[in-house]
Amino acid sequence: MLKDVTFGQYFPGDSVIHKMDPRMKLILIIVYIVMLFVADGIIPLMLGVAVTVFAYALSKLSFKLVWRCVKPILPIVIFTAVLNIFFIEGDPIFQWKFISISERGVITAVLMCVRIISLIAGSSLLTYTTTPIALTDGLERLMKPLAKIKVPVHELSMMMTIALRFIPTLIDETGKIIAAQKARGADMDSGNVIQKAKALVPILIPLFVSAFRRADELALAMECRCYRGGEGRTRLKQLSLSPRDWIAAAFMTAALAGVVLLNKFGPAVMVL
Amino acid sequence: MSKEKFIEANRISFSYPSYDGTLPHLVLDRVSVTIKEGEFLAVLGHNGSGKSTLAKHFNAILIPTEGTVTVDGMNTAEEGKLYEIRQEVGMVFQNPDNQIVATLVEEDVAFALENLGVPPEEIRRRVDEALKKVGMYEYRLHAPDQLSGGQKQRVAIAGIIAMQPRCVVLDEPTAMLDPKGRREVMSTIKQLNEEMGVTVVLITHYMDEAAQCGRVVVIDDGKTILDGTPREVFKNVELLKKRGLDVPQVTELCYELRKEGCKLPDCVLTEDECTAAIENLLKGGAQNG
Repeated sequence: MLKDVTFGQYFPGDSVIHKMDPRMKLILIIVYIVMLFVADGIIPLMLGVAVTVFAYALSKLSFKLVWRCVKPILPIVIFTAVLNIFFIEGDPIFQWKFISISERGVITAVLMCVRIISLIAGSSLLTYTTTPIALTDGLERLMKPLAKIKVPVHELSMMMTIALRFIPTLIDETGKIIAAQKARGADMDSGNVIQKAKALVPILIPLFVSAFRRADELALAMECRCYRGGEGRTRLKQLSLSPRDWIAAAFMTAALAGVVLLNKFGPAVMVL
Repeated sequence: MSKEKFIEANRISFSYPSYDGTLPHLVLDRVSVTIKEGEFLAVLGHNGSGKSTLAKHFNAILIPTEGTVTVDGMNTAEEGKLYEIRQEVGMVFQNPDNQIVATLVEEDVAFALENLGVPPEEIRRRVDEALKKVGMYEYRLHAPDQLSGGQKQRVAIAGIIAMQPRCVVLDEPTAMLDPKGRREVMSTIKQLNEEMGVTVVLITHYMDEAAQCGRVVVIDDGKTILDGTPREVFKNVELLKKRGLDVPQVTELCYELRKEGCKLPDCVLTEDECTAAIENLLKGGAQNG
């Protein structure tokens, strides 16, 4: 069961989106999110949705993946929609006792839902098409200027890398410990929540002990390979921005500008 | 520096600090070892004999409490020479899982070079070269957890040889591997020594691995008790057994047969030698009878 846990949910591929520089992808995702929240009418927001659909099409990933990432947040989407429908005041189009629904409420609810779904779908595309290591690398380089104000950028990214490296190892180990404890008669599947939580203790303690031991050995191995922090470090992989990154940037800027213009001059009917 | 004294441990003692006020136990007790450049040396001893502690002195992970260790003329106690020493003497550990840092094989091999600030193109060249030498080049884009134990250990070795050290210390590199992984790793280590001329110090408790080395040092209770070629060392079957150590199976077989009065050479190391010797004995016996 533990083997099913995937991390970062990367789907390999060789599309334009896959090949983009992780730094550019990270920046564009921020622009994308800004764009979704700037859009305040159905038509501008449709442009945002069109960008999402276009990006998915370019990535050659199945649209089923959108469902996969939206599914877990569906309750939040529905909750937001319900709140908006019932609590935004305006001219009622439906009234029953104390419940009233306004047109404005319905439109806001639809906008919010579309926004949240696009937000999740868009940012999932980032993790679908970028390996965790590339993401970490991109983040480290983007945040490099912060090192000047004493933010431990290199250390943070080293921590991320090591965490990513050890997730499969520790998952494997957890499986072994569970098997070992079951062989000693541990009962992990029956009882109420509290009993089940207590049954985790004999798994977590050995896991922590072993994690500390691993950490100690890893530190030693790193020292043997002359590790001494981020200073003076070079990298095997150099990131370079290619024309495709600049085209993507231009495209996203155009989309953002389009949204702003549609907000201002778009058909007034749909604007709130 | 002279090649005769590449690494020199001069009467070193070491004890881990004690925190409860008891007298610290001496893990190493006035040990002296001199390692020549290009040598293939095995350090034998059972658990707790101090062999790993000795190994950690060769690249300044530990500093002796008494005595000195010099690597290529540099004293390991000198702070300023630390990285120079570690670059010359690389170290591979027992558990391959706990020494791989990165999530991609090639990134891991590049780790030491990145730390040393080698330019990217040079890193690329040396990483590819190191991976080819250990036969893991096709796996350069794999995640370490997709590899077998023997393969991971070879990646760990590649990560060290990418630094181009003159000596590699391996601390029980095969202890956690299956027989196939052990063979892979042993042949990689031998190739390191024979083809690249790297000095190899192999810490082990497998007698048959030690028998493949050029020189064997036996450590027990923090002291060197034997030092010589495998033949010289394994001659001392009685002494080794008394210290709780084994000799290679074939050596023991011949030793027992000799005790029973068979005319066999006094130190046999490999299976081939053993079969040849016994064949000889039987033929001779047939002629005499």
